[in-house]
Amino acid sequence: MLNCREATRLLSESQDRPLTLNERMTLKLHLMMCTGCRNFDQQMGSIRQITRLYVQGKQPPEDDSHS
Amino acid sequence: MTEGPPTVIDDNPGEHSLQLLDNQFLADLRQQMLRFALLQLADHALAEDAVQEALTGALQNARAFGGRAALKTWVFAILKHKIADTLRYKQRVTDASSLLRSEDEEQDFSALFDARGHWPADERPGDWGNPHETVREGQFWRVFEACLDNLPGAQARVFMMREFIELESDEICSAVEISLSNLNVMLYRARMRLRECLDSRWFMEQKSSC
Repeated sequence: MLNCREATRLLSESQDRPLTLNERMTLKLHLMMCTGCRNFDQQMGSIRQITRLYVQGKQPPEDDSHS
Repeated sequence: MTEGPPTVIDDNPGEHSLQLLDNQFLADLRQQMLRFALLQLADHALAEDAVQEALTGALQNARAFGGRAALKTWVFAILKHKIADTLRYKQRVTDASSLLRSEDEEQDFSALFDARGHWPADERPGDWGNPHETVREGQFWRVFEACLDNLPGAQARVFMMREFIELESDEICSAVEISLSNLNVMLYRARMRLRECLDSRWFMEQKSSC
């Protein structure tokens, strides 16, 4: 049975490589029971999306229509 | 062929290109590019070269861009390619020993978890909502940049190679000469730290202010 530390390690690695079947199963089991790690999983996805948006130049708008 | 090249707008160069080439905008852009390149290449001269080339190339066609956002996207795309080329070519830009030595890199996150390796109640990640909503707030990017700056140098470098330049793990390993398991640990630490920083400086703040 995974604990949260191990689960977060796997969730990080899943951003860089496909997990094995066994890893996916144990992770899924853990996520079913753990809100914190489910949110962590989402947040890893968010960080990737946010970073991509940043690189695509969606940096602070220089115009002042937002402020 | 009576039409000019499609990438150049001939008839109305005035106001628009003047805005694009505003000095302050260029200075800011150059600064952002330089920081980005420097983190990747860890060498000031190489970074300056990459930025200069990318910027010069992009500005030659500056008039073709519909606005600053488009120009920025374009220069960063060029810069990413320049950096990737430089990294692939000069594989020994950063030596592994200096990459792993820094004490700051050693901090582990066992403190974040309890003795059984679970989240303590006050550290348990919450719901961040939709990232596309988040990034609409101009202020958010300031926090994001501050959190990126907070990453220890080597972590920032591999994180940006992975997430900004989108190199694969094996490419990063050979570029900075570290093992895959070292890389995995560094990426994990970078993500944990970035997550923690964004969480406390942005997402929790937002929640408490509503």
